[in-house]
Amino acid sequence: MTKPLLTVKDLTMRFGGLVAVDKFSFEVQAGHITAIIGPNGAGKTTAFNCITGFYKPSGGSIALHHPSRGDFSLETMEDHKISRIAKVARTFQNIRLFGGMTVLENLMISQHNELMRASMFSIAGIFGLPSYRRAEKEAIEKSMAWLKRIGIADKADDAAAALPYGQQRKLEIVRALCTDPVLLCLDEPAAGLNPKESDDLGVFLREIRDKDHVGILLIEHDMSVVMEISDHIVVLDYGRKISDGTPALVRNDAAVIKAYLGVDE
Amino acid sequence: MAQPQNNHAQNLGQALPSMIKRSLIVLAIASIIFAPTLLLRLQVSKIENTLFIQYRWVFFAIGCALILVWRLIYEFRAWQRANVPLKASSRPQSQESRFAPYVGPVLLIAAILLPFMPFTDRYILDISILIVTYVMLGWGLQIVVGLAGLLDLGYVAFYAVGAYSYALLAEHFGFGFWICLPLAGVFAATWGVILGFPVLRLRGDYLAIVTLAFGEIIRVVLLNWRDFTGGSNGLSNIPRPSFFGIPFSQGPDGFAATFGLEYSSLQRMGFLYFLILALALLTFYISSRLRKLPMGRAWEALREDEIACRSLGLNTINTKLSAFAIGAMFGGFAGSFFAAKQAFISPESFNFMESATILAIVVLGGMSSQIGVVFSSIAMVGGIEALRQLQFLKAIFGPDFDPSSLRLLFFGLAMVIVMLWRPRGFVSSRVPTVFFREKKSVGSSMISQGRG
Repeated sequence: MTKPLLTVKDLTMRFGGLVAVDKFSFEVQAGHITAIIGPNGAGKTTAFNCITGFYKPSGGSIALHHPSRGDFSLETMEDHKISRIAKVARTFQNIRLFGGMTVLENLMISQHNELMRASMFSIAGIFGLPSYRRAEKEAIEKSMAWLKRIGIADKADDAAAALPYGQQRKLEIVRALCTDPVLLCLDEPAAGLNPKESDDLGVFLREIRDKDHVGILLIEHDMSVVMEISDHIVVLDYGRKISDGTPALVRNDAAVIKAYLGVDE
Repeated sequence: MAQPQNNHAQNLGQALPSMIKRSLIVLAIASIIFAPTLLLRLQVSKIENTLFIQYRWVFFAIGCALILVWRLIYEFRAWQRANVPLKASSRPQSQESRFAPYVGPVLLIAAILLPFMPFTDRYILDISILIVTYVMLGWGLQIVVGLAGLLDLGYVAFYAVGAYSYALLAEHFGFGFWICLPLAGVFAATWGVILGFPVLRLRGDYLAIVTLAFGEIIRVVLLNWRDFTGGSNGLSNIPRPSFFGIPFSQGPDGFAATFGLEYSSLQRMGFLYFLILALALLTFYISSRLRKLPMGRAWEALREDEIACRSLGLNTINTKLSAFAIGAMFGGFAGSFFAAKQAFISPESFNFMESATILAIVVLGGMSSQIGVVFSSIAMVGGIEALRQLQFLKAIFGPDFDPSSLRLLFFGLAMVIVMLWRPRGFVSSRVPTVFFREKKSVGSSMISQGRG
């Protein structure tokens, strides 16, 4: 078996006396959609924030294997470097778009580092050198290609905050994809979507996995989405892993049923 | 102001008593405020050499009457809003953009032609220089406050750093203005970074307090470091800028003699005017270019959502520091111009009022509109000056009336009205930095104001 894309080992996160995530270990395979599920307060988002660098874990290790860039220890890296160097992108449970900026500008921001280099830290940009203008044009083309895939190319020049909720969700995912990630972490991407939009999202995520070869790690409450698209499911409860396996296996796991539905005394 | 909401479908007769009651309450509050400000005045009796109180009933009555009339109109409008169905008055979004392409060029041509106008005298030129200086400072601060969303209450510190850099470099090393100008910018930018580091983790009110303190620290240091800065005596005999080596003097080497003109002190003023205009245009050019570049876009993204920025691989530390440094650099340029123009500087010129004025210019003009800053500078600086000219009020209030004593009151009133009328500044919409098909400006309601 090839080296996993992401290997989390004994991840622990304590807030004072509260242990939010307790010795959590799992793997994300390249080319798979892996879901983390669990009841409210199980520590899913905390684990996510540790992986993407927004929290510094109290213990454990998070290793990322990038096919061309090598291996990274994410627990030692700053959040913006995890995105820029290790190429792990994320979205947020409550959408965090740049609302006052247009849809296109949102996608340009995620290509900031390449554009910054092309503008020679603004020097080439101020004088309008052709090398920078070419880079900017390429960035616009890349953005537009993504917008066409989610079907909102005609809204490229609208303010992001003016989009309907479902499109904002998709835009946030696409904005993360514009950073060319190897691993995309989605925090409840189907929250607030209607059944039709959820189905579309499932199709889109599988397309990203198969065509763009981006590994996906997602947190989701909508079981119909999770069961349908995931290749692998990890179940958390009270910060501990209680189950790990294929959807079919997890669905019938007694520990999972107990955590979700409770059990008769 | 509690808007009357309980008068659905009331006719005017029914609504009238409560409207009048509310207006009288407002009148009572107004008279309490006006009693010490408009009614009572301490005068010195020259004959008996004693103090006595003068009662200015006319002022008081006029003030109260204005408030009453305003409140009645307000009540009537509120009643109208609640009862008379409005026409679908969707104000067109492009209201601002119809004339927008012409405003900038027209203002620029007017600015260039101003010194050659027949009515332009020393006074007008002096005010114009002041206005353009504030426009430049406004554009500099706009990078920090408007684009990056970092509330900076100590911007005047960089102005001071620029001014003292020029004065001290000229005094100790004999450097000329044109060498000192870039150096002043570099020093100010360095201080911008020095301020930036401790405030990187602060947001909102806390950031505002630290920047305020920073501004005061610089001023207090300038005041107390007597050996270096001259303390409260300031620095005088700062060399005036020359026209690329030709001084504006009366002698045979002077500007007038070299170009075969008659000597006039206005020539130096005109030169200073064009100098600050050129510096302001440089600020405009660089900041509007930067806004369309990745760096400027990152500033705006930082204002919109810092956490999202970090998730997309933006180094927010560098982004913040670059905003502070570049904003400060323009403040430094303006400062060294100020020193060159005044030929005398002291810490008194760099107090908190200056920071507040520059910030007010940016807020009043619209956080992300450069043209708005021009209008608000004219309104703030020119408006305060224009209020000195209210001599005609003497005809109404008698020869003892000093109109300039009330100008700040008028000015405060005007600012309150403007902020009620346009809460997000004169030009509140935002023009996108990049577009695919069509440049649509973004309405102010969607733009984040930045939380620090």
